[in-house]
Amino acid sequence: MTHVPPFRLPRGGRLIDRSDQLGFRFDGRHLRGLRGDTLASALMANGQMMMGRSFKYHRPRGPVASGAEEPNALLGLGQGGRFEPNQRATTTALVAGMVTRSQNCWPSLDADIGAVNGWLAPFLPAGFYYKTFIHPRPFWKHVFEPVIRRSAGLGRAPTDPDPDRYEQAYGFADVVVVGGGIAGLRAARDAAADGGTVTVLEQSPHWGGRTPVDHAGGQAAIDALLSELRAMPHVTLRRNCMATGLYDHGYLIAREALADHDPNQGIPRQRLWRIRAGRVITATGALERPLSFACNDVPGVMLASAMRDFIDLHGVTPGQRIVVATNNDDAYRTALIAADAGLDVAAIVDARPQATGDLPRAVRDRGIEVLTGSAIAKVKGRRHVEAIAVCDQNGGGAITRTVECDAVAMSGGWSPVVHLYSHCGGKLTWDEGQALFRPDPDRPPLGADGQGIAQAVGAANGDLRCAGDLERAEGATMPVWVMPARAPHKLRAKMWLDFQNDVKVTDVELAAREGYASVEHTKRYTTLGMATDQGKLSNINGLAVLSGALDQPIPATGTTTFRPPYTPLTLATIAADARGEAFQPLRKTPMHGWHEAHGASWDPVGHWRRPYAYLQGAEDREAAVAREILAVRKGVGTLDASTLGKIVVKGPDAGRFMDMMYTNMMSTLKVGRCRYGLMCSENGFLMDDGVVARLSDDTWLCHTTTGGADRIHAHMEDWLQCEWWDWKVFTANLTEQYAQIAVAGPQARTLLERLNGSIDLSADALPFMAWAEGDLAGIPARIFRISFSGELSFEIAVPASRGLELWEKLHDAGRDLGIAPYGTEAMHVMRAEKGFIMIGDETDGTIIPQDLGLDWAISKKKADYIGKRAQRRLHMVDGGRWKLVGLESVDGRVLPDGAYAATDKVNGNGQRVTEGRVTSSYHSPTLDRPIAMGLVRHGPSRMGQVLDFPMPSGGSMKARIVDPVFYDKEGSRLNG
Amino acid sequence: MAEQLARITEVHDLGMIALRGDLDAIAAALGMAAPDRTSIATEGDRMLGWMSPDEALLILPAASRAADLSRLTEALADRHALVADVSDARAVFDVIGPHADDVIAKLAPIDAGTMPAGHLRRTRLAQVAAAIWRIEGGFRVIGFRSVADYMRLVLANAAIPGSGLGPR
Amino acid sequence: MLILTCPHCGIKAEETELHNGGEAHLKRMGPGSSDEAFEDYMFARKNPRGVHLERWRHVFGCNKWFIAARCTMTLQVFGTYPAQTPAPPDHIVQAIRAARPDWNPTEEGVSE
Repeated sequence: MTHVPPFRLPRGGRLIDRSDQLGFRFDGRHLRGLRGDTLASALMANGQMMMGRSFKYHRPRGPVASGAEEPNALLGLGQGGRFEPNQRATTTALVAGMVTRSQNCWPSLDADIGAVNGWLAPFLPAGFYYKTFIHPRPFWKHVFEPVIRRSAGLGRAPTDPDPDRYEQAYGFADVVVVGGGIAGLRAARDAAADGGTVTVLEQSPHWGGRTPVDHAGGQAAIDALLSELRAMPHVTLRRNCMATGLYDHGYLIAREALADHDPNQGIPRQRLWRIRAGRVITATGALERPLSFACNDVPGVMLASAMRDFIDLHGVTPGQRIVVATNNDDAYRTALIAADAGLDVAAIVDARPQATGDLPRAVRDRGIEVLTGSAIAKVKGRRHVEAIAVCDQNGGGAITRTVECDAVAMSGGWSPVVHLYSHCGGKLTWDEGQALFRPDPDRPPLGADGQGIAQAVGAANGDLRCAGDLERAEGATMPVWVMPARAPHKLRAKMWLDFQNDVKVTDVELAAREGYASVEHTKRYTTLGMATDQGKLSNINGLAVLSGALDQPIPATGTTTFRPPYTPLTLATIAADARGEAFQPLRKTPMHGWHEAHGASWDPVGHWRRPYAYLQGAEDREAAVAREILAVRKGVGTLDASTLGKIVVKGPDAGRFMDMMYTNMMSTLKVGRCRYGLMCSENGFLMDDGVVARLSDDTWLCHTTTGGADRIHAHMEDWLQCEWWDWKVFTANLTEQYAQIAVAGPQARTLLERLNGSIDLSADALPFMAWAEGDLAGIPARIFRISFSGELSFEIAVPASRGLELWEKLHDAGRDLGIAPYGTEAMHVMRAEKGFIMIGDETDGTIIPQDLGLDWAISKKKADYIGKRAQRRLHMVDGGRWKLVGLESVDGRVLPDGAYAATDKVNGNGQRVTEGRVTSSYHSPTLDRPIAMGLVRHGPSRMGQVLDFPMPSGGSMKARIVDPVFYDKEGSRLNG
Repeated sequence: MAEQLARITEVHDLGMIALRGDLDAIAAALGMAAPDRTSIATEGDRMLGWMSPDEALLILPAASRAADLSRLTEALADRHALVADVSDARAVFDVIGPHADDVIAKLAPIDAGTMPAGHLRRTRLAQVAAAIWRIEGGFRVIGFRSVADYMRLVLANAAIPGSGLGPR
Repeated sequence: MLILTCPHCGIKAEETELHNGGEAHLKRMGPGSSDEAFEDYMFARKNPRGVHLERWRHVFGCNKWFIAARCTMTLQVFGTYPAQTPAPPDHIVQAIRAARPDWNPTEEGVSE
């Protein structure tokens, strides 16, 4: 029959406001809906039943459901940065001005070229991709992949950044009830009686679930429950809040929609709740199952419950003349609601031999024909339903009559929503009587106390008639997995199980024949349940068909694993506020603002931002680094060293502890002196280095690398708390208390003496590797005479709040000395010129100090230190370990960092055997030539030999093994 | 446009001294009562917070910092103890307003709404370490100085008008 | 995401406030130990399906290390106790045995 308006019924629709019209766009057309519509009901009201195309065959598809399980009506919403693909039209509230478009079709929804795949359907069986695209090999790259890439994927990813704001929040409740239907609200009331806090989460904007539609007096019962609950101060009712996953120890994730598709409110669009629940009650209801009859995917065929939702809630109908196909009494409600709405109900096709309950009786009383023992053999029509062919349910599909209609309501029974219960380990049990899986109360998910933490109630527990007094007596459901029971291949090949992924009964049967006996394997082979709806509609029907094909009972087949999220979450919701500047904490030194104002180009070091170099005018980084180095070597420069870790170790056993932490002997260090120390992990590898100062008899100050402060402090506390807990040692990480400034260069002392301090900075009073305390320029300071540049150098620690003041005073006082701030790169180059190692360059977690020629910093006298035993392991004492050397480029080019030196020998894989690699490589502005360090097999005994470094682009570079100290080998510059 | 959920203000001029050692001895040296586990006690213009079984944090007016530092160092000299000035290592924010609970609940994995007065909770604020306790009309939050800008930003974001956590 | 109660401060901390430190009650092998003994200490970690004694640090909190006795399968937590404990205390052993009667601390939970 022809498909004609009106689709908006003249009356009814409890959620819509007929006086408030909202304009919106669909595929460029301007349409109108009503306030209270979902996008699906608004499109339907405009006669737009076709809302998308299927994934594989591009068949025309309309909505089959009215809720979160919808597999067909997936649209692209919004524009630009607010575009979102794959949004369910059935759960998207219509908003004025909404821009929507269909997806998975080209060039248009009406004339889709991909539909040709449908004609090829016989050649695209399950596993087609696996079988076909393997040979011939070259076809993959040039033919198959480009085609698959173009047609694959549902919707398109947005290209612009999401301009909306998102947030998260932590929630706590003694009991969380998921689902605001009648079972959930009653469970909340019961739980609240215990006096604990109760939170109820409802995914939709409306309370009551199915009850207001399905039961006379349902809305009044819900309203009464709501007013009771609202009067309880310890009960929180939260709607538009989808519980997406239940995790360990009652950790429940939920998404609350705050301003979806209404960005003008200026509030976060969605909020991710991280709720810690003492106990979870899942009142998540049940989802109706489709029936597997031929062409059950034609637009106009939908779930019986969905059809009555559209009629009752939104006052829209998919057609004027309706057939109901069912295996249960519940679907008769749709016939009654449709008849009440003035629609023509052509027939009920009931697979059961008889239908005698209250609801069938009420339907018959209306004069509606009920065909028992019957089945739909086939739906006629391509773009919309035109008629159905009826046959016997127990037969092979021989058509007994044809019924003209333009919409079909189908019901294959109901499946409890068991997702949350299953996410965290709850098990299911097969309820043979009702033909459904429901939560097994004896095997619930467990909490921290080993007791069950989740409990299912109502329809989610398989109690499909949970509305109590509101219920009417219903006859039993008869399992119907294929309609008709003995349908031939030709019909089974048109019975859709997974609508979105185009998986049919025959595909699952083929998988079974090909040996995919496990439901998990069949899922992946056929893609059954792998679409965005994650098998909400297809799961049970699919595994029933698989069980039939394997000739085993359904519980023997089991279900696939239910994984969170229940419905897709946008990544922005998961990221919440952690975007842009709040993406991660940036750590800033007290002089950060000064650096920024003076051209700092930043170097991320852990979470810190340190100036890499200070760019002046049109200078690039390289030029700035060279200028800074020469300024230090010729005059004086300042480095912000505040990020270096500063850990105080104090106590009667501190010396003994320091000797265990460091490879050096630290207990003999004199008060007032400094020592460069190495720290190894227990498996021997060098993990950090830095200068240690002895502050007093029982107190040491350990400097760590920038990235090492927290790690090394934790390392110390680990050993103190878990191994030597009887040792009397306290540590404190004082890194952030101090600003630290390195003042380096031949003019360093001159500069500091201009600042009028109380500390004698002369070489006699403050020799190399000594420290002193006093004040400098009126600021309390500790001055360490240490050097990482090879120049005369002082590191000055002052309280963080005075750091900028000191820095500015240094620069004011040093202007005529050519003072320059220098960044991390100048520091790196200068230390390499001196052959000093850098943690993270010369070390990579596999290097022991002995590899780096640092034996002088390893005490031979100590019986033990962390890492000592490991350094005696066979591989650690192997003479063939690569060792630190300097590398001098033969042709004057700078060696690439990380380049490998190769010998002429070839290994079993035909690769050249390597014998070393570059660990640091720079152009030295001081020497005006390249310098490099590297680790080379037998390196120190091969001075003068030339190594070959093959380049990825072809050719190679050559470098000579030299001493790693390139500049001032005598160390005379240390004294200025 | 509605009001922010809470006013975020940075607090300056506080002195802070970290104290490690026997908590009773530390309290005695201060002439204060030792704080109970995970609590913070106020006495005059000083507060003493329990940080761990062997660590306390003294919070006091900046002007008293130097004197208390030397007094404590001296008083505890004969004991195994560590006294460290950490005044400059911290950033301090007050979160005050009718929905201060909501601001904290968006950032810290704690039940901010039921947090009792006098409780000192060390936890994290978004991605950084923080200690939080109730003050008149809201909360005081302390974290590390280097991440003060981050703390200010996430607190302000959590407080934007109209974003209260109440059911809607 | 787990919740564990820190025995030092009594805070019920969630996993993001904690740092896992792996198997508890290892006996350190220092200089003089055999290659086999050192290798076992350094690298051979238990990864039991069931009762596990493991180290945790209350890193966003009191910074103290403690030991949690829990089941890696069911995530049941039998108890927590300070890291300054050479072997699982009696009340922990009893709590584990109440739920897992066959559990033997020397065989399954603690290194020799």
